[in-house]
Amino acid sequence: MASVAQDQSRVYDTLAEAIEERKDLRNPLIEVLRIAQELFGYLPIEVQEFIAEKMNIPASKIYGVVTFYNFFTMKPRGKFTLNVCMGTACFVKGAPKLVQMISDYLGVGIGETTEDGLFTMSAVRCVGACSLAPVFVIGEDAFGRIDTKDKVKEILDRYE
Amino acid sequence: MSLKHIDLLICCGSGCISAGALKIKERFHEVLREHKATNEVNIIETGCMGPCDYGPVMVIYPEGIFYQHVTPEDVEEIVSEHFIKGRPVTRLMLQNEEKTFSIQKDVPFYQKQIKVALENCGYINPESLDEYIATGGYEALGKVLTEMSPQDVINEMKASGLRGRGGGGFPTYIKWQMVHDNKGAEKYIICNADEGDPGAFMDRSILEGDPHRILEGMMIGAYAMGANMGFFYIRAEYPLAIKRIKMAIAQAKEMGLMGENIFDSGFCFDAEVRTGAGAFVCGEETALIHSIEGERGNPTPKPPYPAVQGLWGMPTVVNNVETFGNIPTIFRKGAKWFASMGTEKSPGTKVFALTGDVRNTGLVEVPMGTTLRELIFDVGGGMIGDHKFKAVQLGGPSGGCLTVEHLDTGVDYESLKERGSMMGSGGVIVMNEEKCMVNVAKFFMDFCVEESCGKCSPCRIGLKQMLAILERITSGFGREGDIEELQRLGESISKLSLCGLGQTAPNPVLSTIRYFRDEYEAHIRDRSCATKVCKDLMHYQIDKDRCIGCSLCARNCPVKCITGSREEKYIIHQVDCIKCGNCYDVCPVKAIEKEPGMHPDTVAHRSELGKAVNRYEDL
Repeated sequence: MASVAQDQSRVYDTLAEAIEERKDLRNPLIEVLRIAQELFGYLPIEVQEFIAEKMNIPASKIYGVVTFYNFFTMKPRGKFTLNVCMGTACFVKGAPKLVQMISDYLGVGIGETTEDGLFTMSAVRCVGACSLAPVFVIGEDAFGRIDTKDKVKEILDRYE
Repeated sequence: MSLKHIDLLICCGSGCISAGALKIKERFHEVLREHKATNEVNIIETGCMGPCDYGPVMVIYPEGIFYQHVTPEDVEEIVSEHFIKGRPVTRLMLQNEEKTFSIQKDVPFYQKQIKVALENCGYINPESLDEYIATGGYEALGKVLTEMSPQDVINEMKASGLRGRGGGGFPTYIKWQMVHDNKGAEKYIICNADEGDPGAFMDRSILEGDPHRILEGMMIGAYAMGANMGFFYIRAEYPLAIKRIKMAIAQAKEMGLMGENIFDSGFCFDAEVRTGAGAFVCGEETALIHSIEGERGNPTPKPPYPAVQGLWGMPTVVNNVETFGNIPTIFRKGAKWFASMGTEKSPGTKVFALTGDVRNTGLVEVPMGTTLRELIFDVGGGMIGDHKFKAVQLGGPSGGCLTVEHLDTGVDYESLKERGSMMGSGGVIVMNEEKCMVNVAKFFMDFCVEESCGKCSPCRIGLKQMLAILERITSGFGREGDIEELQRLGESISKLSLCGLGQTAPNPVLSTIRYFRDEYEAHIRDRSCATKVCKDLMHYQIDKDRCIGCSLCARNCPVKCITGSREEKYIIHQVDCIKCGNCYDVCPVKAIEKEPGMHPDTVAHRSELGKAVNRYEDL
């Protein structure tokens, strides 16, 4: 337990440094939240309060910003976030079916995390790879033209 | 060895990367090392070349040979045959029934295109400032700063007739003039790269493929209006674009193209990148400004326009990526040259992201006024397979669907608007006859409901109401008068909403009602979806004659609604069927068919249960 607490405090230190580095920028709140989410994986109330204090911004305002943008989450995420593109091109080319196939394979729905904590499945608005529709993205890797269960399985099995 | 100097351009746009372009690049390095030919071949990673569907693609100079669908296994042959023996590999070239297209510019996909904003995309290494300069980069900035006054620059923009490429089509020079004339302690210029329209990837490709061009365009604008600080607002979903722009800014600063006293003109400029955090409404300029200020991205009423009171209360111009992309070329080749392309009211070219059921999906740039037919059938190569063209959706969730009768419409701001669609940022989604237009309209409505920021009630409540009506239509509970109700709501929402999101959100529904009213009527009156897309308005049926009684369907049915035996064959109990399609997929003899319309058993069952199953009764 002690090491978890130590890790936590180290992450908070990194966040504090990141805030310090940006103190000359005008209103870098969204940048800071992005970094915080990268560090913690999500933005629980405690982290928001920490940022509020360091940046001298009301916590309520931070909460307002966090809940406004789709990119920020207040729930812990899996090791990998699997984003299924729900843009028009993907929709037309069968994204709903792709969601079903992934969901069948992982056993979770959109917005949920697998039991082993490996994947969080979510839907995004257009990743801009429309020519490969239907597409899903894990990290920075895009996988296109996924139209069979076997292709889904083959790709997801690569992640561990 | 008869090796000459060869330039190998590998497309590393997002499409080709996910098709494996980077692996191919690695393989080239390996094979060239094996052949001890690394000094003879210059491998260049470029931005998007356009024809994503052929990916991974590459072009080999000096000849300009175009290879498509290249795999790592092909690399050895390209090196030994083409590079060493000088015999291009014909089987990797694009071929149709009649002809092989060996040279890039001969490929039909490129024929009707004129590249201005995409001039360097797929031609230079986007990470190299030298290559950008070698193609004439920063010449325009030099000319502007040393020979022209800010007012001259604005006059030239006026002469070019360039209109905002983000969708609205507002003349760019007017915005610049307003900020130029306004007094402010500081002025700001913002590049809107929050490309949120689903089905659009033009801005992404330009930023990734030619970042210095956007920076140069921005600096010319900044000089004209007297701004010394610029912001790039880029979606978080575009990490490569963010990286490339940051790199371009650093390189320009190092070369003295940015910073203090540029070209000894006394003009100073600095730029910063801010990332979005996933909110469609932030493409709206006032919302975008609030987002840069670190606030919730809620739009605010205009006036005051950003040109008067924008970022931190100062005069601000927000221009789209593609708008900036046109500017360096306008100043290099002259406003006259630019205005000679396109139509009288919409000069120049437009970049489109061509996607959907069309053969050549990808990034294209054509003169304004090009007809939809040329765009879809000549550049796009027509429909995939034997399918027929049904509709084309332009302008994303703010735009509208056009049909066969509009194929000869020239693409420009006015003519699209007249027909109930709009230019939007340039997403073109082509649909074949298998697509249900009511379902497509519902998809866009769902998108807008999700993305509505909730600030004004017509958009927040009205769109939700429209979605509910569309949902009951597609699930078989539509009633007489629903179409009129949708139109009434749509028109009020368009008039009353605060920002562009709400004002245009009803367009997809209104335009599909206008052109596909019979489909809405069939959904409501006959409880039938002719395209068999809406699950509640179709059913599965087993053809007794073809069924071999293997029981595979029954065993795969998750709700056990298929019964029968080898002798009596199998039947589906329609009332229990959830239309998952498993039986359809597993049947080894294709005895299961999709039929349009709700099955009579289901209709009877529903009316028996009445209110209990109709969750739309109270709406």
